[in-house]
Amino acid sequence: MSEVALKEVATRRGSTAWLRAAAPWTLAILVILVLPHLLTTSFDRTLLIEMGIAIIFAAAYNMLLGETGMLSFGHAIYFGLGGYTAIHVLRFIAAGLLFPVALLPLVGGIGGLFFGLLFGYLSTRRAGTAFAMITLGLMELVVALALIFDHLFGGEEGISGNRTSGPELFGIRFGSQTQVYYLIAVWMLASLALMRAFTRTPVGRLCNAVRDNPERVQFLGYDPSRIRLIAFAVSSFFAGVAGGLFAVNYELMAINSLGAERSALVLLMAYIGGIGSFLGPILGAVLVTFLQVALSDYTQAWLLYLGLFFVLVTLFAPNGLIGLVLMHGPIARAGLLHRLVAPYAMALIPVLLLAAGTIALVEINYRLAIRPELGAAMKLFGVSFDAKGAAAWIASLLLVGLGFWGLRLIGPRVSARWGEMLEEARA
Amino acid sequence: MTAPALELDEVHKSFGATPIIRGVDMSIARGERHALIGPNGAGKSTLFHLVTGRFPVSSGAVRLDGEDVTGLTPFEIYRRKLARSFQITNIFPRMSVYENLRCAVLWSLGHGYSFWRFIDRMRDVNERAEAVLERIGLERRRDLPAGLLAYAEQRALEIGLAIAGEPDIILLDEPTAGMSRSETEHAVDLIRRVSQGRTLLIVEHDMAVVFGLADRISVLVYGQIIASDTPEKIRANRAVQEAYLGTVPA
Amino acid sequence: MELVVFSLLNGVLYGLLLFMLSSGLTLIFSMMGVLNFAHASLFMLGAYLAYQIGRYTGFWPGLVLAPLIVGLLGAAIERWGLRTVHRFGHVAELLFTFGLALLIEELVQLVWGRAPVPYTVPPSLDFAAFTLFGTTYPAYKVFMVLVSVGMFALLGLVLTKTRVGLIIQAALSHPDMVAALGHNVPRVFMLVFGVGSALAGLAGVIGGFALVTSPSMAHTLGPIVFVVIVVGGLGSLTGAFVASLLIGIVQTFAVAIDVSLIDLLARFGVTVARADIFYDLWKIKLAQLAPVLPYLLLVLMLVLRPRGLMGTRET
Repeated sequence: MSEVALKEVATRRGSTAWLRAAAPWTLAILVILVLPHLLTTSFDRTLLIEMGIAIIFAAAYNMLLGETGMLSFGHAIYFGLGGYTAIHVLRFIAAGLLFPVALLPLVGGIGGLFFGLLFGYLSTRRAGTAFAMITLGLMELVVALALIFDHLFGGEEGISGNRTSGPELFGIRFGSQTQVYYLIAVWMLASLALMRAFTRTPVGRLCNAVRDNPERVQFLGYDPSRIRLIAFAVSSFFAGVAGGLFAVNYELMAINSLGAERSALVLLMAYIGGIGSFLGPILGAVLVTFLQVALSDYTQAWLLYLGLFFVLVTLFAPNGLIGLVLMHGPIARAGLLHRLVAPYAMALIPVLLLAAGTIALVEINYRLAIRPELGAAMKLFGVSFDAKGAAAWIASLLLVGLGFWGLRLIGPRVSARWGEMLEEARA
Repeated sequence: MTAPALELDEVHKSFGATPIIRGVDMSIARGERHALIGPNGAGKSTLFHLVTGRFPVSSGAVRLDGEDVTGLTPFEIYRRKLARSFQITNIFPRMSVYENLRCAVLWSLGHGYSFWRFIDRMRDVNERAEAVLERIGLERRRDLPAGLLAYAEQRALEIGLAIAGEPDIILLDEPTAGMSRSETEHAVDLIRRVSQGRTLLIVEHDMAVVFGLADRISVLVYGQIIASDTPEKIRANRAVQEAYLGTVPA
Repeated sequence: MELVVFSLLNGVLYGLLLFMLSSGLTLIFSMMGVLNFAHASLFMLGAYLAYQIGRYTGFWPGLVLAPLIVGLLGAAIERWGLRTVHRFGHVAELLFTFGLALLIEELVQLVWGRAPVPYTVPPSLDFAAFTLFGTTYPAYKVFMVLVSVGMFALLGLVLTKTRVGLIIQAALSHPDMVAALGHNVPRVFMLVFGVGSALAGLAGVIGGFALVTSPSMAHTLGPIVFVVIVVGGLGSLTGAFVASLLIGIVQTFAVAIDVSLIDLLARFGVTVARADIFYDLWKIKLAQLAPVLPYLLLVLMLVLRPRGLMGTRET
């Protein structure tokens, strides 16, 4: 290609590309600045803070799963160990160490990185399913050891700290929730920007290559294990950053921050959001955090619902919610999106029936099996009924049956319509 | 006397109790175009796997430019300037054609495991990738995910990945398999151009390609080389005719 | 001496239980390439179902019915779940089974509550089988050994001597060829998955009264089974057998030999101060470490021999 043509291509990609790349970040900054003024209750602010932390962790997790094809069942140990490192340093700060609290997430990151390199070196010796099982085993090991080492992990009570005990910088002591919110926002934007930048580096590209075809990477001069280790280390660094922010916010680190539930949760977030894109895990983190916090007010069974939702995603939407949205791309670009509204609306009815019936069954059982002391009288969707009564059971089963039958009827029709739309859009 | 570019010395390979390669000696000179032919199941692909480090040899030695490379990993062998293509297309399906090629040029340009610079800003990487893209004729498919390419285009990308690092020795495993006549002609043309000044070892079934391209031919039957000579002598070789060629019209 | 013999017996029993679980898992993995994360959950279901059925009919019908139900459930999972996910790749399959494990754990809590259920040894097995060194060995443990050994014998016979078994063996390595020969490979897969699940359920029926039957059962045993698979070498039945026995015996001995380094040092007249920062380390009793031992073994294996005891090198 001629020198002139090459330069032309570069500049053409240069000017508009820069603008297109900066847009989402600018939007994100605006949203972050505006939100605390719209959502002013402490509850809402807590929610935003939790989302911020979850976003960093989920994006870090996706560096492994979505970018490099590495499925880890125990990634929370880097989150937790990073958090523990941070909280111990926080205690040193309270005892007189001169170190800004605002930089504690960096300490968390270094903690995560240290253990990421240590355990990552072991884990990345295998790939695929074996790797996944190894991460599970290592998580169990760390949790079990954490229970034994009381001095370091605080046993049942955990390790606590005081985030206002640090040196006051620019008038900030992190006493108020608002200040913590902005701290998290800054770290979140910085972390996301760095993680995004990583994907645009040679190793970042090679991570994708290892995901697609690790064998071929060897024949291009690279050791796939080394690339996996680098991805693992970077991912654990940012997981540790999230852990450090967690430590600063809650001023307490407990063993459940490194265990199975948190590991499973981040996996669910990333996968439900969609591991094939950078935005997916972010979306997943926001959604799952919201469900977790909002649902647990209404029902004890939120983990069951989440699990059910996750199973449905693995079966029918392996590219996650982002994948579902992107799927409509060609149709939207052809201006045919409105034609799908009617079929979708029709399909919504059996879906709602099925959902209502399932929820009813779950809630009835929950009341009877887990909270029997509350009695059998309960209220759902505004309807009061007796949980032990036959009417409740029959009604729920009927709803489920109708919903299921309706779905079987309408499902293929909607599918066919979709196919038609896609063909038309492509033409 | 300069060492041969590629040398196999009494190479044996057994899988469990089954011997596949039963004592192969080969010597390929620098700059030579060498074809490896033989019936199916003779062990040609296995030989490639042994040379490129995919499988360990059971016994014997492989030497590159006189240096013993037996038992090295595939990436260590690649770094010694030996590259290969695969019989069954082995590309990165979810990445674009251009990204595929960029990954292939990285090591030879000395970038190693760099994650502190943006790849888009690396002029040498992008220039070389564009050049290879042009050479293999896939400019119009630049941004298409490689998994969506047509078969012959994927085979072209396969060759592209092998040559992108500007290796000294190129191993091509049935590059024209499944191609039509005109596609084959294009491929042969490409192969002739990219192997100019390099050493080429090619496995092929298409005799027209073999006889048109090769300086020397080796015939592998049941894991042993039964003949290794110039094309004319091979064509006239009794044993080769019996084992593989049949009587080929002159 | 008594300690050694009984620990050995218990260790072998525990190992056999682990092998019951890991063998089914290995078979399914070898054939379908998917690791069934929900395998331990099906084990748990077997225990719960046996308990529930036992409340109406007594133990023995449950011994037959529970594995049957779990087996049917497994077949259904394969037919409507795995077959759908299969085309999305191995990661999606593994995640589907992971989600399933989560779901089953929640569903079990939904039906039976969060506390352990009193699934105990049935009266018909609640006697002493024999006496050794003055201590009795319970009959139900002998029963467990008999059931697991009997199961392996049956499995081995079926796989090697029957037509179905030969087809399964062939489909293990060359499913396409077997399909081309006219066999209904999807049905074979469903059969294998169903039988594998039934075996997990059976292990649950007999394991349920040796372990505590609670919703966290799957979570406790599951990771150990996965470690067995990795340590033994993915896809190797012999490896799984050796690893199961190894882990079973080592863990049981660790619990029995309840000493810590402090105790050991005390033997030599050395005392360790409470304030010593490594005090936590010294005071660890071997029994405390017992749950961790399989994972320590995993780490050791990864350092010394990453492919596992009998694994083949991944190309």
